[in-house]
Amino acid sequence: MANMNMIQALNSAMDIMLGRDPAVVLMGEDIGYFGGVFRATEGLQRKYGEHRVIDSPIAEGGIVATAIGMSVNGLRPVAEIQFADYIYPGFDQIVSELARIRYRSAGDFFAPVTIRTPCGGGIRGGQTHSQSPEALFTHISGIKVVMPSNPYDAKGLLITSIEDDDPVVFFEPKRLYNGPFDGDPNKPAVPWSTHPKGQVDEGYYKVPLGKADIVRAGADVSIITYGTMVHVALAAAAAMNVDAEIIDLRSLVPLDVETMVASVKKTGRCIVAHEATRFSGFGGELLSIIQEECFWSLEAPIQRVAGWDTPYPHAFEWEYFPGQARVKAALQAVMEPA
Amino acid sequence: MTKKSRLHLPRVPARPGETPDFSYVQLSPAGSVPRPQVNARARDMGALSVELVRVLDDSGDAVGPWNPHLEASDLQVGLRHMLLTRLYDDRMQRMQRAGKISFYIRSLGEEAVGVAQAMALRPSDMLFPAYRQQGAQIVRGISLVDLMSQLLSNTKDMCKGRQLPVMYHSRANNIFSISGNLATQFPQAVGWAMAAAIKGEDNLAATWIGEGSSAEADFHYALLFASVYQAPVILNVVNNQWAISTFQGYAGGEQRAFAARGPGYGMPGIRVDGNDFLAVYAVTQWAAERARTGAGPTLIELVTYRGAAHSTSDDPARYRAKDDAEHWPLGDPIQRLKAHLIKIGEWSEERHQAMSAELEALVASSWKEAIKFGTMTEGPRLNPSTMFEDVFKDMPQNLQRQQALLRKELG
Repeated sequence: MANMNMIQALNSAMDIMLGRDPAVVLMGEDIGYFGGVFRATEGLQRKYGEHRVIDSPIAEGGIVATAIGMSVNGLRPVAEIQFADYIYPGFDQIVSELARIRYRSAGDFFAPVTIRTPCGGGIRGGQTHSQSPEALFTHISGIKVVMPSNPYDAKGLLITSIEDDDPVVFFEPKRLYNGPFDGDPNKPAVPWSTHPKGQVDEGYYKVPLGKADIVRAGADVSIITYGTMVHVALAAAAAMNVDAEIIDLRSLVPLDVETMVASVKKTGRCIVAHEATRFSGFGGELLSIIQEECFWSLEAPIQRVAGWDTPYPHAFEWEYFPGQARVKAALQAVMEPA
Repeated sequence: MTKKSRLHLPRVPARPGETPDFSYVQLSPAGSVPRPQVNARARDMGALSVELVRVLDDSGDAVGPWNPHLEASDLQVGLRHMLLTRLYDDRMQRMQRAGKISFYIRSLGEEAVGVAQAMALRPSDMLFPAYRQQGAQIVRGISLVDLMSQLLSNTKDMCKGRQLPVMYHSRANNIFSISGNLATQFPQAVGWAMAAAIKGEDNLAATWIGEGSSAEADFHYALLFASVYQAPVILNVVNNQWAISTFQGYAGGEQRAFAARGPGYGMPGIRVDGNDFLAVYAVTQWAAERARTGAGPTLIELVTYRGAAHSTSDDPARYRAKDDAEHWPLGDPIQRLKAHLIKIGEWSEERHQAMSAELEALVASSWKEAIKFGTMTEGPRLNPSTMFEDVFKDMPQNLQRQQALLRKELG
């Protein structure tokens, strides 16, 4: 085991997969010689050569499309889109092509492409470097969608994603790259070395897709969440002294319905939380499933915590971000006796 | 996969620790490139996209058919705008380092692009800039206080705190809102120009893109639509050699100059010395006249060098030779125009120093004024509940509800 931040854990996953499987190639803007703007691919071109860690033109549509072509010809590309906010030029290739190649060819062709992309706010990135567009991708049949909340999971989930024969969009909450973040920007930053999930196995291991992690077991309320909000929810529940069960979904597609449902049936109360915009957010899907599966166990209306239905404003990052205050308000509402 | 890879990878001339090498930059002697009639057929001027239009020679004289024969007073105004742009950049870079603003992008070494091009156009022409043409904002008369207020996201910010620093706009001065997503403005400018043609007006649109983001499909849409509809638009590729760490060879510049995309789509492509104020002015004026007289679009490649980091979040020492800029064969745009003005007896070191001091003082006093409207940490602040405005023209109920919730959250 070694101390790793999320960047180092992701780097280790790609390093191991480049070493194990000659079909794995990395591609993306600034990822090769430079090692990526967030340093996720640092040192990998030097180690594996510029034919396997390939610098791309600034053309996300081209990156996704050529990754598809490479994958159809036997490679296993891991493409980096520099910010999730820049993924849209590749959207047509993801939605109309990548997601459906297996389906439309009746399984004769498939495209094992992994698209890594940093998402979320918290670094003063304004409306073009802060988005959380996961719901745009969970809505597409044929794409797996992953979002880790810590270095240990990030590495294991990325290895699983690369080995998966279906395409995966792998969202990396960039605010968590260097440390866990409980939603309070005024507190000094905490490094991953202080967190148990910053202890990462240096070798090969997998964390399965479709298996949620019960980060904290509790009896009073279930908070179903993923990404940065896992840490915010933990802190808010602790501050309110509520015995919350906190579930980190880790992958949204496939979704671990069983763990969610078992938890809500036990606690009878539920909050779903994500950083992304509320309207048509992934929380709406979670809420529907819980309503369908747990209606007779619910003791209060399900609460939703999310970003506001606006673009991410540069000057009001922390007023936009669904921080502890918003989680606490939801806890208060859901815990009120009927 | 036991065989050796045959994939071609573009060569990067000089990495850190290596000797800068600009032998790949094709140069033409100043004054050597012919100037066609503005209504000449695109197919008859293919050479313009390969040669390099230059007016200022190494001894500071203006030579050849592209010399725009500007008045000395215009050249002095151009010099002033370029110097102000640089001093503004320097100061804002320092303010970012001091934690006063969150982010900044300098245009060091590329000042002639925004300044000379904006000067060669009419105020009624619409600009669709990228994020490194602050010189054009200055030419259009946007006050430094307004520009700085945008950087500060303060109560005077034209974007009401919604955009990253440097993403300015000015509806009153015909400058479109800058996007943080690359290349999107390029085909939008073509659409603006198509509308001008539909409405029978003789205004044109000009737009800028980096050579790096010319890899995006939007660039190609722009050329295609501009060519199909012969739109009155000037499409500018600022080839500053580097897109963060991506060398221009990775954007497709290794096999063919970016200007040559123009003839590929049936429009003139002009490759110009981007650090030569007179040449940049002249080709822009030529393209504007061509567009205004109904002869269609022009693609201009401005060959220049990104003298600074991509942004305050970047460190080019990691990926290019440290003294690269000193070996750049086309020099510095401010120094070159200054030398020319001195050579023709219209400028002096003393006047230059006096102007420099005056502009430094202007930048300093503007900053003092701008921070009165607030900084990220001090002074007046925009009301956070304004973030719900302008999502739609009329605020829908869900946003009204969320606005009320935020007010409650903030106490």
